[in-house]
Amino acid sequence: MNTKDHRGRPIVAVTGLGVVSSLGKGKEENWRKLTAGESGIHEIERFAVEGLKTTVAGTVDFMDIETMSAPELSLALAEFAADEAVAQADIDVGDFPGPLFLAAPPVEMEWQHRFELDSELPPGEIEGYKRLLQAARKERHQQMFELVQFNRTADLLAEKFGTKGLPISLSTACASGATAVQLGVEAIRRGETDTALCIGTDGSVTTEALIRFSLLSALTTQNENPTKAAKPFSKDRDGFVMAEGAGALVLESLESAQRRGAPVLATIRGCGEKADHFHRTRSSPDGSPVISAVNRALEDAAVSSDEIDYINAHGTSTPENDRMEYNSLKEVFGDAIHQIPISSNKSMIGHTLTAAGAIEAVFSVLTLQHGCIPPTINYDTPDPDIPLDVVPNTARQAKVNNILSNSFGFGGQNACLVLSNEFG
Amino acid sequence: MGETANPVWITGLGLLSSAGEGAEAHWAAMNSAKSSNIDSENFSPYMVHALGDVEWTNQISRRDMRQMEPWQQIGTYAAGLALDDAKAKTDEELCARMDMIVAAGGGERDAEVDGLIIAEARTANDRDAMLTERLSNDLRPTLFLAQLSNLLAGNISIVHKVTGSSRTFMGEEGAGISAIKTAHSRIASGQSDIVLVGGAFNGEREDMMLLFELGHYVSRGAFLPVGQRTGDDAGFNLGSIGAFLVLESESSARRRGVEPYGELAAVAADHGTRNDKAASSRLTAALEKVNDGNINAVLSGATGVEDITAEENSWLNDSLPHLSVRGFGNHTGHGIEAQFPLGIALAAIAAKKGAFYDPVYAEEAPLDGSPQSILVTTLGHYRSEGLGLVKPVSN
Repeated sequence: MNTKDHRGRPIVAVTGLGVVSSLGKGKEENWRKLTAGESGIHEIERFAVEGLKTTVAGTVDFMDIETMSAPELSLALAEFAADEAVAQADIDVGDFPGPLFLAAPPVEMEWQHRFELDSELPPGEIEGYKRLLQAARKERHQQMFELVQFNRTADLLAEKFGTKGLPISLSTACASGATAVQLGVEAIRRGETDTALCIGTDGSVTTEALIRFSLLSALTTQNENPTKAAKPFSKDRDGFVMAEGAGALVLESLESAQRRGAPVLATIRGCGEKADHFHRTRSSPDGSPVISAVNRALEDAAVSSDEIDYINAHGTSTPENDRMEYNSLKEVFGDAIHQIPISSNKSMIGHTLTAAGAIEAVFSVLTLQHGCIPPTINYDTPDPDIPLDVVPNTARQAKVNNILSNSFGFGGQNACLVLSNEFG
Repeated sequence: MGETANPVWITGLGLLSSAGEGAEAHWAAMNSAKSSNIDSENFSPYMVHALGDVEWTNQISRRDMRQMEPWQQIGTYAAGLALDDAKAKTDEELCARMDMIVAAGGGERDAEVDGLIIAEARTANDRDAMLTERLSNDLRPTLFLAQLSNLLAGNISIVHKVTGSSRTFMGEEGAGISAIKTAHSRIASGQSDIVLVGGAFNGEREDMMLLFELGHYVSRGAFLPVGQRTGDDAGFNLGSIGAFLVLESESSARRRGVEPYGELAAVAADHGTRNDKAASSRLTAALEKVNDGNINAVLSGATGVEDITAEENSWLNDSLPHLSVRGFGNHTGHGIEAQFPLGIALAAIAAKKGAFYDPVYAEEAPLDGSPQSILVTTLGHYRSEGLGLVKPVSN
């Protein structure tokens, strides 16, 4: 079998998958619930929601961590997903033979830590950060220090899994998970490594994070029925639902996978990217950067638009994103776009932000493997301006060979992946 | 060390720090024992290498300035300088296909709002309710965008129209190392023709200083050269630094008729725990990957954190004895994510001049003659190690 692609680069296979979301832990539980059209969105219990405009989220509340903090949860989620992926790829935990690319939420000191530092000093005249600095100066706070280091999550994962070299932590906002996969693909294509561990994780639903998105009017306020709050492509959609989770993929050159006799679950056939310079949170009105990103992914994969059997949408359920995504896809696919099934996993798991692109890549590989397309749930009132086949409410059996997976983020980030079960 | 198919040239530098802006200001500052903009009052007992006056509107419109926090301004400004320097700024077609890798932290806070909340929390009956109310009412809606790590890159796209690709790496010094290394690999392998790469850090912020002082990594008291800091003096003085480079394949630079500063010949990086001189072993392995046998000068990004700075010093003495080693952190402070990009840029200036920086501190030796290959080191204050090799381009 040919192990090089149309440009003579190593074909990149997926040999391991792992996932955790508000639906549960692991591929089996997630896939079962995803294809049954179940929602993981619920009323927030982690913190008091009185006074908040949005009170629902897809938090993951079943991980075993000592005290809730965003970096600790992000680490636990990533570790779970990576464990599952590495085991499937039949690679020893502790001796992963390639680099780590980790999409992780930016780290900040949390309120509990500011309050704790403040309480360490007797009342005094100095206030604010000068006072917190004074408390920090009095004695070393090693644990708190480590928690606010951006490289800590990647550092601990690299140690546990034994990945090689300096691990890369990255952020391209809500496209981060796809970027992590893209970086892995590029490293393998350069011939730097045979394998890469690519993870997207996000456990950062906190009061402040929620308020920040709320202040930007990005979140849904349909709190009455949490499982109905995320409704991508519906006329009455009014914002996304924040959520948590992690997705992990072991990428490997097809040659290496075959040599090892590792399972080849799919290939990452192409990646495309294009930044937008229009606005910090909004896309160019003509959609040109998204159109470019999709076209570049198709070109990179040497797949024509009529070979795409299914699109795993970014589909956040914000009024603007879903309209923009449709308009841009229509430019690329023409009228054929109305016949291609396209669904949004976010209707069930919410928007897992930094992790979304990786989780959706995992679900895309499962779609290829199972020949079954997960639905877009809560699709009761179609938006007449978005006449797409969104696989409404019920999963669909279908032969799927090539999938386009879209990820877009604040800061003009657009990344697209083409996943395939055709090798070579 | 193997020759790469595509030599990676450094064709543009964008530097902004306490030394001023541009290559000449940094050449002069590195050759002087007197740091130009030390602020030892506003952050006492800490000192910082502060920015002087910057004519921001030379690179950023007032409208765009309002959407950024200072670290984003510093980075966007420095990125603009680099694009100008590489004669790329006004080439729309080039910027539209230019790749970008930014090393960034983020999370600059509204210190005033935070201070009020901390004070109110001491007496609040219901702390959670107070926090929700305060944050909902007092946070500026756009502040979030000024805090997000990838919004430095986002701002560079908006202001300078660099839109080929956009990746943001996080993780303190290692982020800057990975950014340079990845940019180098992309060009050397033919994945990219041209990459804008760099980082930015605002050292004049107590909220950022706190993140490091929790682990006692910030130096207190009067200025000492990094190699002489011990006890409470050990650690770094933060510096406000923007350091961006345009890296370009030789063929692209020749096509465009742009003169290089030098060649970024190789980059190696690693990480791990630091017990039992483990960092030294990793550095030795990394040096094997970058050493072309011609290294005669070293630019060290040493932080002043006692153990690792001493370990770097003794490793250099063992591995590359009798070389001229200059610590650039003495002159501009420590720029975290921006540190390694700054070191590569300073090496590029020396490569172009065909001269190395004069010794300034007692432990530094002069270099007789011209630099051949300059080794740039950055050992993170807590994790991550990187080495880069810059050499002159012969005509």
